[in-house]
Amino acid sequence: MPYTPDKPKLAESTDELRARIPGWGADLDPRDRPSVPKERFDPGLNGAHWEFPQRQPEKWPREMSIEHEFLTPVFGTSCPPRGLSGVIRRYSYRTYSEARAAHWLLLLAADRVDAVESTLRSMLTRHPDNPVTETGVLSEFTHHGLSSRLRGKRVDRVHHPLDPVVVAAPWVLAGGVAYLAARRVVRRRRG
Amino acid sequence: MRAMVYRGPYRVRVQEKDRPTIEHPNDAIVRVTRAAICGSDLHLYHGMMPDTRVGMTFGHEFIGVVDEVGSSVRNLKPGDRVMVPFNVYCGSCYFCARGLFSNCHNVNPNATAVGGIYGYSHTCGGYDGGQAEFVRVPFADVGPSPIPEWMDDDDAVLLTDALATGYFGAQLGDIVEGDVVVVFGAGPVGLFAAKSAWLMGAGRVIVVDHLDYRLEKAASFAHAETCNFAEYDDIVVHLKKITDHLGADVVIDAVGAEADGNFLQHVTATKLKLQGGSPVALNWAIDSVRKGGTISVMGAYGPMFSAVKFGDALNKGLTLRMNQCPVKRQWPRLFEHIRNGYLKPSDIVTHRIPLEHVAEAYHIFSAKLDGCIKPIIVPNAA
Repeated sequence: MPYTPDKPKLAESTDELRARIPGWGADLDPRDRPSVPKERFDPGLNGAHWEFPQRQPEKWPREMSIEHEFLTPVFGTSCPPRGLSGVIRRYSYRTYSEARAAHWLLLLAADRVDAVESTLRSMLTRHPDNPVTETGVLSEFTHHGLSSRLRGKRVDRVHHPLDPVVVAAPWVLAGGVAYLAARRVVRRRRG
Repeated sequence: MRAMVYRGPYRVRVQEKDRPTIEHPNDAIVRVTRAAICGSDLHLYHGMMPDTRVGMTFGHEFIGVVDEVGSSVRNLKPGDRVMVPFNVYCGSCYFCARGLFSNCHNVNPNATAVGGIYGYSHTCGGYDGGQAEFVRVPFADVGPSPIPEWMDDDDAVLLTDALATGYFGAQLGDIVEGDVVVVFGAGPVGLFAAKSAWLMGAGRVIVVDHLDYRLEKAASFAHAETCNFAEYDDIVVHLKKITDHLGADVVIDAVGAEADGNFLQHVTATKLKLQGGSPVALNWAIDSVRKGGTISVMGAYGPMFSAVKFGDALNKGLTLRMNQCPVKRQWPRLFEHIRNGYLKPSDIVTHRIPLEHVAEAYHIFSAKLDGCIKPIIVPNAA
């Protein structure tokens, strides 16, 4: 009871817990846990044989947070920025710090642009995007999709119908734009 | 090589990709033998994490065999069987020198607020991940460790994040003997946090989720009491009732950005991306912990703002503790616990799926189909 001084009694004693739970109390001493204390100064502990690491070659101008003093000595080289999404990303990194919502909102916008650009680009290759195989949606039929969703009182059922909307919206939008463009071309030729 | 690549929200595929190369003298190239999909990969998969680029390979939980090493690597050689922490870190910056490996300042040019993480967007450094046949591992002398001979692969891959993070989460709760611990989320991290709470002397462990099959696992694997929040009008009131109206001493948020339980929060965060994450579990944690109690946040949130109830946290005098887990710091003790039989991480693995079927694996895990708790990806070359 919070209304009186004593802590409520537990249903099980220490001995009962130790008997029931394998390893109960093995890390009982709070001072003897791997993450205590939070900061433990020991630069020789970590296998590093450098004070500052050698620099990795920068093969293209690497986008970086303006909160950094300089480019970090090591960095990932996956997916260099390209296309319109790359322009938006570079602008965001160049202009806004991590403290600004505009930085993150621009990066999220660039992600959406990237998805559209990449899908369009894939149409020109031998491996165009395939929303059926890439969403893995066929596993609904092989891994108990319906029964998994209907079992119990899952609260996420209420927003499951939104998932296909999120996936399909860009495709529907692109299809609509393509249809309108084609219709306009046909009408001009006829007219 | 074959690798999983992201194609846009809810879409991934396996395709041919250039094999990674040594880009720095302390790099290693590792041939992946096991990778896992983490709950936090779903934030990328759902398009929630800013600067997640089409073409990136995800996967920050992986183990493998060293295939090639850079000229300055001393501690590893080709053929070594290694486990790789999800943190990319240099070992020598201000933060690494103090054991805060997950906060390394020398590996992520894109952001100063987060360190480097394999396969976790450019916001976390732009490194390709391990859901592929090969992966580049920077600072090979620092992060990776040889896998003990007695340890099996599925246990080892879970040590690279999920188990270490759950164990770390329990430590951040500052649990003392007899504490009542509530864990929100019965996914892999929540299950491991619940199990770890007992190691630290918890007197009672209660796991909250809305998926019955996961709560059954929490009862059998983590010996915990369970609550399905879908069965109560207000889970906070229920938790108060079952803790003598005092509240829990420690609450661990093992849910993070895609928490369910409040439609508005969930949709604004996960579908409309207007928040860094849906803080439903975090707000429940704030309201259900006792005054003066501690909240440990292990669930991952994005860098944007979220609608968190800080007023209640202030008025209750709470301690909020959180970080990405510095994985390697946890390993020696976790190795002991596994050897002693206190922990058997691979007991939570429900699916082993070939890399070629990675799209199905993501869908099954994301939609919580087929009793999925932890899917392991097995590359062709494994």
